[in-house]
Amino acid sequence: MELARNLCIILLTGILTENFVLSKFLGICPFLGVSNKFSSSLGMGAAVTFVMMCASLVTYPIYYGLLVPLGIEYMNTIAFILVIAVFVQLVEMVLKKYIPPLYKSLGVYLPLITTNCAVLGVTLLNLTEEYDLLESVVNSFGAGLGFMMAMLIFAGVRGRLAECDIPKALRGAPITLMAASIVSLAFIGFGGVVENIFGA
Amino acid sequence: MSYMKEFTKGIIKENPNMVMLLGMCPTLAVTTMAVNGLGMGLSTTFVLVCSNVVISLIKKLIPSAVRLPCYIVVIAGFVTFVSLMLQAFIPALYSSLGMFLSLITVNCIILGRAEMFASKNKVLPSALDGLGMGLGFTLTLVLVGSIREIFGAGQWFGITVMPEVLEPMTLFILPAGGFFVLGAVIAIVNRIMKKKPREISCQNCPNAGNCYSGGCMQNQENGGNE
Repeated sequence: MELARNLCIILLTGILTENFVLSKFLGICPFLGVSNKFSSSLGMGAAVTFVMMCASLVTYPIYYGLLVPLGIEYMNTIAFILVIAVFVQLVEMVLKKYIPPLYKSLGVYLPLITTNCAVLGVTLLNLTEEYDLLESVVNSFGAGLGFMMAMLIFAGVRGRLAECDIPKALRGAPITLMAASIVSLAFIGFGGVVENIFGA
Repeated sequence: MSYMKEFTKGIIKENPNMVMLLGMCPTLAVTTMAVNGLGMGLSTTFVLVCSNVVISLIKKLIPSAVRLPCYIVVIAGFVTFVSLMLQAFIPALYSSLGMFLSLITVNCIILGRAEMFASKNKVLPSALDGLGMGLGFTLTLVLVGSIREIFGAGQWFGITVMPEVLEPMTLFILPAGGFFVLGAVIAIVNRIMKKKPREISCQNCPNAGNCYSGGCMQNQENGGNE
């Protein structure tokens, strides 16, 4: 029971209060770059969630099984980014060969994910928070869902923006950033929600 | 003279985050204080110069199929070096930058310069290009950081500058303020430089060649004025 409660707290914190995009500023490039269509937001969100969970699963044994016993914890950035880069390639090849429909819908987003700071970010965050394997995976699942939710909400906002008459200097990136600012402001409203639900 | 041009283009004309709209994550995340922006900017500049030099030295040895992983490993090596140095000599900055110091590795400015410039040019121009781009990045970070710190905390580099009558607007320190200030800064730069409006997109992203997602393709068709 204690375990389930703990995992729920981690999951909800990742989705709502500590939203990766809107409060931690991780993965801003895909958030702003791909969120102009609903379908691409959904695909990107799903691909990021999947890769994040797998990356957490893979980096955990590498850190605690290889880097810590050898006393080279400071190599974690290099090791993790290599693992993520290789892993993304592997996922792409496996999906292409064995699950073509899934590759068709997710595959296009995979090359972008290697350099997505949200993926490296979540694996490093798992270390600083000292999560165990299960908590790491749940944390990355929550982070991925939060990322997807932020992207979907923002895709809706941008759909409306596209039909507006915007002052010339603000067109393009500035108005997008300002809209993101307002969405982020809305997410501040979730502060304290998780603590109140679980009485933590 | 052309060397001078490689150096100066990154500072204003092709400023990596205000004009080319790259590297948004650190620009937003660490700029709650001007001094953090300065530290982050200089760390990134160091990594950028070193990785540009190394990559332009070894560009002929790297097979093009695996060049991105190679670049990332070179960059990650320098990032590790910088973070160990900061941890030893400026621990306060190290702890306030936190995770974003490691995340310099995936800063798209660095990978972008490696892919677009260092892999095609000689060592000296690459170093100057890296230095100019890094200083341009630092300039933006300090600018955004200053605005957020002055309005959000009433201080600049830790010195109180706003009269006490004015209540600091905490909003500017919050994530929402980061998005807003950066948006406003880009809008002003667009206005002054009479740039055509540009969307944040994948067109400058080093992976753009591999990426066929609908969003990217659409952005490539619409955006861009170079």
